[in-house]
Amino acid sequence: MTVQDIVQALGLEVLSAKGETDRPVTGGYASDLLSCVMAGARAGHVWVTLQGHPNVAAVASLLQLAAVVVTEGAPVDPVTVQRAEENRLVLLTTPQDTFTTVARLAALGIQGGAPGPRRP
Amino acid sequence: MKKQPGHRVSPRSGITKVQELVYELKISQVMTSPVATVTPDTPMRRLREILRTRKVSGSPVVVEGDRLVGIVSIEDLLKCLVKGNVDEPVTHWMHREVITVRQEESVIEAVKRFAEFGVGRLPVVDSRGRLVGILTGGDITRGLLEAVDLDYHQGEIERYRASHIFEDIVSDDTSLILRYRISKGDFQRGGEASSKIRRALDRLGASPQTLRRVGIASYEAEMNIVIHSLDGGEITAEVQPHRVRIVAADTGPGIEDVDKALEPGYSTAPEWIRELGFGAGMGLANIRHCSDAMDLVSHAGSGTRLEIVIRLGAGPETAAGEA
Repeated sequence: MTVQDIVQALGLEVLSAKGETDRPVTGGYASDLLSCVMAGARAGHVWVTLQGHPNVAAVASLLQLAAVVVTEGAPVDPVTVQRAEENRLVLLTTPQDTFTTVARLAALGIQGGAPGPRRP
Repeated sequence: MKKQPGHRVSPRSGITKVQELVYELKISQVMTSPVATVTPDTPMRRLREILRTRKVSGSPVVVEGDRLVGIVSIEDLLKCLVKGNVDEPVTHWMHREVITVRQEESVIEAVKRFAEFGVGRLPVVDSRGRLVGILTGGDITRGLLEAVDLDYHQGEIERYRASHIFEDIVSDDTSLILRYRISKGDFQRGGEASSKIRRALDRLGASPQTLRRVGIASYEAEMNIVIHSLDGGEITAEVQPHRVRIVAADTGPGIEDVDKALEPGYSTAPEWIRELGFGAGMGLANIRHCSDAMDLVSHAGSGTRLEIVIRLGAGPETAAGEA
């Protein structure tokens, strides 16, 4: 399963790093709280969020995520797109909401959850 | 072939590795399978087709599917074209004495057989003498290249596991200090310092696990200053061969109850900041999770100093719950 497979299956729009969509997707994580993403997402995951501000790109690059899906047609800051391009991070958008998007990704076989101790 | 103990890796030892592989690899690992065959009554014109379309130079001759009875090559086809008639069956032109190798033998046996008999290809048989594949010099070369490449990648993975920061710098102790000024409330640039620290460590050869831990710890420390400080602060990353020490300091407002602040979920961040996705109260918990040591000193009304130590190399990294 690559980012491109997800783009096609869900009809997502690619906002940045169009050349990186052959990257494999190893799982998924959904949260709008950045610290939770720092704790729970793993490299190669696809992150589903409502947030489009520049720190989304910062967090995604730090964690080496496969891609970020910004949901509900939420505005994506131009600085976010720029930062994503610089870090070769694939930014995707959809008009659908987070719940629907996660359900559709799960239907493709993408799983959540990561090994290791979590916060209580 | 005996491995030499304490043998230093040098440019010339690439030849030694290949020789090792020739002995280590089994014929079954490099042979081509399945193999196109003909039967004794196959007409030579059909053989011509097979050789042409399959782009091979010879074909084993079998009966009952895989019982080897002979071998016929392009040289035999040429003789047939000159002297005889392409409607003649393969059995008139094939060689009945077939040089073969067994699939469980090591590649060196095939090399010896090629050298001794000067054949172009070796049919490969199993313990019952049944045809299972075919082997040419090209298959051996390709197999060796693939095995050497695999070996190289394994070596690269092994390198990541050991600490290789400052590998080529000789000193009694080496320390690289990176300093960053963090501005209060600058969400646009939030995460930049930690990104730069991570990139620097990547350049120095840190393992993926180290990069992740340092990335998360420095990001959370940086965002704490962006969100909570009165007037910004400073992040310092001191990189040594065995550990990275990150110090995040500001001049206020200070933390009233440090113990409470360390509890996951506890946050003093205002609503508008939470709406941005920050202030989940996980920052310090995340830092502790990623680090080998963490020290937080703060008092209400004065500054906060957070010190984080991440050890490099094998061992503590696996305790951080990494996949």
